[in-house]
Amino acid sequence: MSTATAVLADQSADQSADQSQDTKNLGYQTFSVGQFRFERDEYFAHIFYPGGRHLMHIEAFLRALMRDVGWGFFYGTVNFDNVLGTLNHYGTVDLFIGLLNEAYRSTNRHYVETFNARDLKKVFEAMLDDWTNEGFDPYAAPDETGVPFGPKHGNNTKALKRERIVAKRMVGLPGDLGYRTDEGGQPVNRQFLDVPQDSPEIHAEPGFEGQVHAFNMFAYTSRSDVTWNPSVVSNVKDSQICATTEEHMLPIFHGNDRVEWFIQICDEIIWDIQDGKTGRPRAKVIMRAGDVAAMPADIRHQGYSPKRSILIVWENNDGTLPQRYSSGQLKPYPVEF
Amino acid sequence: MNYHTQFGSLASYRKGGVQVVDDDPKHYVFSNVFEVASKSKPYEKVCVGMNLDYVIEALRTEGDSPWFAAPHDESALIMDGEVEVHLIQPDSPLTPEDKEGSVMLDGEPAGKKMGWIKARRGHMALLPKGTAYQFRSATPGVLLLQTIKGDHTIERWAEICQTA
Repeated sequence: MSTATAVLADQSADQSADQSQDTKNLGYQTFSVGQFRFERDEYFAHIFYPGGRHLMHIEAFLRALMRDVGWGFFYGTVNFDNVLGTLNHYGTVDLFIGLLNEAYRSTNRHYVETFNARDLKKVFEAMLDDWTNEGFDPYAAPDETGVPFGPKHGNNTKALKRERIVAKRMVGLPGDLGYRTDEGGQPVNRQFLDVPQDSPEIHAEPGFEGQVHAFNMFAYTSRSDVTWNPSVVSNVKDSQICATTEEHMLPIFHGNDRVEWFIQICDEIIWDIQDGKTGRPRAKVIMRAGDVAAMPADIRHQGYSPKRSILIVWENNDGTLPQRYSSGQLKPYPVEF
Repeated sequence: MNYHTQFGSLASYRKGGVQVVDDDPKHYVFSNVFEVASKSKPYEKVCVGMNLDYVIEALRTEGDSPWFAAPHDESALIMDGEVEVHLIQPDSPLTPEDKEGSVMLDGEPAGKKMGWIKARRGHMALLPKGTAYQFRSATPGVLLLQTIKGDHTIERWAEICQTA
């Protein structure tokens, strides 16, 4: 069997034809895009592709799908597990089976199709909306939400519409992202009730109000109602400090197309590091408050946070970087010493 | 259930590390900002993160810093202690527009006082493009500076990072 292909698929006809079908009368729609077909039952997502069938636990699938949709396919690769994933080319996206799996590649059992990013996102959004039942929030920690199992019952569309938020310059500046407050429906998370909520003292001279600026970034982050979803809080040109709260596990293996950095603000995260192309284990990185670590451009990582923690993900948003890293112009490691 | 959030400080931190399976730990450039600051002189700009030209610097805040300025925004995140940030709008530009990174000034520049900020752990302050700023701290603390590599950025990776 040789199924490795790369085509820009026009999936619109297949999509509309199959979405009217229910899966095993459980009430869920079946979705097709290109030669892929996605079905769900009470416990699993079934992914059919030319020459094979892949299966994922439905909760893991929906949590991964939520990040892929919410992040707009993010930087580089979003591995739903060690077989299924997407690779972002910023305009087009590869949807793949086994592309970054050593065994699938060596036996030529991988399968890839390339889609217009807008078209694939549309299908993924519809699938996420239809397959997410009332009471289940794929952005929430398991202890904070219901379960996704069983026949279709209701929906949770409002929770699915949350997207990665981005401060233009810094949170709290006039015209920029606002603060999170009780009044705005963003209370301090149950695991961060001991995080101080005080504000910095601002003593601006007349005429400089709004220019002398500071805010409590830890308090702001303690009010995040999502997990594993970095939001930009400050910028220096393309340097973005993204703050996020982490609890339970990152539901994907993220394979970045550039170097990114982690700064652990509180508590502990354990990272599994695998080779980006093969999935072979390379390291574990244990991060505690004050620790700083680079994530090289040739790895994939998945994190585990036993208690809800605050993490800074520090990104370089320079759009030329994927090509410079993939061509070998830049080494995958940020510093040599 | 009551949860206890564990932050770090100069006085108390518990560093993690890299457990290698099949890699070089140096690839992860692993350090701890409290450990770095505990071994730094006041206001040394020690690089703990580098993404091409962009850097994150760890500064030990203790006493009054020199005055600095940069031709682009910077941000300061207080990780430990209490720090005042004093801001001046200079009468004339202090750095060339094409310069990157912060520049250390010869004393307080002439200009209008913009005001000041008193910040504690978790507070993030904007250091606006073109302004001069000085940090003041009565007791030792730590801040992280989001900026661009400049003339005063210190790289001592072999001293601060896990190597084996």
